[in-house]
Amino acid sequence: MDALLAGAALVLAPDNLLVMLLAGAFGLFVGGMPGLTATMATALLVPVTFFMPPVPAISAIVTATAMAIFAGDLPGALLRIPGTPASAAYVEDAFRMTQKGEAETVLGAGLVFSVIGGLVGAVILALLAPTLAEFALGFSSFEYFWLALFGLSCAVFISTGSPAKGLVSVLIGLLLATVGIDTTAGHPRFTFGSVELLGGVSFIPAMIGIFAISEVLRWVTGPRAAAHITRQFGNVFRGQWALFRRYKVNVARSAVVGTGIGVLPGAGADIAAWVTYALAKRFSKEPEKFGTGHVEGVVDAGTANNASLGGAWVPAMVFGIPGDSITAIVIGVLYMKNMNPGPTLMLNQPELLYAVFVTFFVANLLLLPLGWVAIKLYRRILEVPREVLMPIILVFCMVGAFAINNSVFGIGIMLVLGVLGWFMEENGFPVAPAILGLVLGELIEHNFITSMIKADGRLLGFFERPVAAVLGVVTLLVWTWVVVGKVRQVWQDSGPRRSAA
Amino acid sequence: MNRRILMGALLAGAVAMGFTAAAEAAYPERPITVVVPWGAGGGTDATARIVASLMEKELGVPVNVVNRTGGSGVVGHSAIATAEPDGYTIGMITVEIGMMHWQGLTDLNWESYTPLALYNEDPPGVNVRADSKWQTLAELMEDIKAAPPGAMKASGTGQGGIWHVALGGMLQAAGLAADHVQWVPSQGAAPGLQDLVAGGIDLVTCSVPEAKALIDAGKVRSLAVMSAERNPAFPDVPTLKEAAGIEFTVGAWRGLAGPKGLPEEVTGVLVPLLEKIHGMDEFKEFMNQRGFGMVYKPPAEFAAFMAERDAAFGGIMKGLGLAQ
Repeated sequence: MDALLAGAALVLAPDNLLVMLLAGAFGLFVGGMPGLTATMATALLVPVTFFMPPVPAISAIVTATAMAIFAGDLPGALLRIPGTPASAAYVEDAFRMTQKGEAETVLGAGLVFSVIGGLVGAVILALLAPTLAEFALGFSSFEYFWLALFGLSCAVFISTGSPAKGLVSVLIGLLLATVGIDTTAGHPRFTFGSVELLGGVSFIPAMIGIFAISEVLRWVTGPRAAAHITRQFGNVFRGQWALFRRYKVNVARSAVVGTGIGVLPGAGADIAAWVTYALAKRFSKEPEKFGTGHVEGVVDAGTANNASLGGAWVPAMVFGIPGDSITAIVIGVLYMKNMNPGPTLMLNQPELLYAVFVTFFVANLLLLPLGWVAIKLYRRILEVPREVLMPIILVFCMVGAFAINNSVFGIGIMLVLGVLGWFMEENGFPVAPAILGLVLGELIEHNFITSMIKADGRLLGFFERPVAAVLGVVTLLVWTWVVVGKVRQVWQDSGPRRSAA
Repeated sequence: MNRRILMGALLAGAVAMGFTAAAEAAYPERPITVVVPWGAGGGTDATARIVASLMEKELGVPVNVVNRTGGSGVVGHSAIATAEPDGYTIGMITVEIGMMHWQGLTDLNWESYTPLALYNEDPPGVNVRADSKWQTLAELMEDIKAAPPGAMKASGTGQGGIWHVALGGMLQAAGLAADHVQWVPSQGAAPGLQDLVAGGIDLVTCSVPEAKALIDAGKVRSLAVMSAERNPAFPDVPTLKEAAGIEFTVGAWRGLAGPKGLPEEVTGVLVPLLEKIHGMDEFKEFMNQRGFGMVYKPPAEFAAFMAERDAAFGGIMKGLGLAQ
């Protein structure tokens, strides 16, 4: 208790609150710019944290990432360009809602449920950190393989329209994921002798290209009479209480699932958003509305991506194993601040550990007012004529694609995939499954190959560990169920047509 | 018309003279970029940033760290080697420069650089699960020798990574085939250690700082360290020679280098500066804090060190079937 109070005192000190305020504004800016991610916000903060005591350093990172994940919703909802990968899962729904004149509802939902998700994640972090870390540490490549494969089945749920086109889209993503040095054998694949391609198709430039560049292309080639939404936004908080009451089960489910995915090493906010979006659609009473501007998936995924942030700190602090790409950077900062991750952190410096928990709490509460201001400011973007806005977006996209590896090659990837994404959308291929394939491709391949090496090539090895066996059976059942369902659906759809003909 | 050409020529001349004057001014007179071939937040990045901040303080010009990641380090190492040799782009080169070319990933090797200073080397430890039956390295080596080739599994980094080569070298030195223990590639030490704790593999070779948190947590036991001396942070962990009579030492190293052909004006400034930084309390404190091993080798010794390691790694990597 003393340690908790000491920790809270450290966090609530005026200078620390000022740091959080500045870091929050920084995080909102970074997250709101298409292509600049929460991970990048953390990396940019690292040199600044060199000169800070431990608690402000951690506070700055926690605050900036929480804000950035929320702010990624803003360009997603208003421009159909997700600001960070964590917002990509529900960008279609969010943008369609804006088109229907429900911008304040969707932005308010993004904000309110981000805060709720973040707070739940913080509570779980504070209560269960050691237990959860212990559980996550028991996962070997067999379990990860099944989890990743299960994640891929989300593609079936998130793709709208023709299942065959959704499958093609997933395969495009998986194909792109094979480019570069193969992670297990170390052999270059599809690199054509290019040193830059050895690094593979970077996810961030690919995402910017597929979402943002294709949007710019669509605007260039489409009719210019796009309606401007110039009216004032209403109260973004109106109706949120009703949404919460209607979707309280979704919120609880997504907060827990999101935190859980965050705890697992290697899976972060983006995967949490995809999975919970798919779950929402699966369990929804009105799954047909998903992808047409329905708030339910936004509620679920918006809750989960912020909840996962706290979860990712669990294995990072308890065992020094990063839960996502943000905490991979954080571990370095912790070492530098003499907060060596490990169980001894709890024994030696409990006040610092509690300070991290309190920081998560304060940061998410701070998100409410700061996020509200950000929405108010961001709204003005819609008043900017598209002729001015689109070139500015293009510049930011280039900055983002360049910044990820400091290489012009990233801009090339972005442009090529932008054209690809545009062609896909023009021909009715959903782009979201391609992104999912790109995210999960390496995870699936790597865990499959390493599992095969460990099991000396016996496929039964995938069912020999208890947790792996359960995950494997569940995944196979879901896949069978999906395939049977789709076949039956196609059969029924084509039945009447055939008899009519 | 003529007048314009004349003006142009004068202007060009003035510009050229300006450049000459600039070249004669003391190095450095504009910001320096330090290229890091590995990601932000990792060990190489962290050490690069502390060196850069100290350089900045001493030189009075900004020193920027730029991460050029990807391609198992090939992308960043290429960026350093192909930069203009003017002293304004230097970088961190790491142990992989003596390994990548054996695998046929690049033509670059240690001779593609102007070495400036070696400042860090971390030897790997041999780690097993804390609840495993192996209490000493001698017991582990006995079981490895008794097991059929490929039956035992080890991890700690990607295929052909430094800890893979370290394991192969240790097995060769013990009179076994370098690939007697099957390597399971992982994306770094942390995922490899997690797989060890999860019961997926038998042993992990990785640096002592990387395993420290899990050793402290009582999840992992370190049986030996592949260096000539024990690690001061773990005085109870013996060396390979002490534990099983195996004569083999290796380590992951990091050093600063520039593209080949850095002029003397540049090396004359940077080499003494880096030696000075290595002796600074701020630097020592940081390295000890993170558990990074400190060594220092000036350019000539650094080059000899890289040549020697390059040859040794070639032999081990051929034994592992990695060299092309």
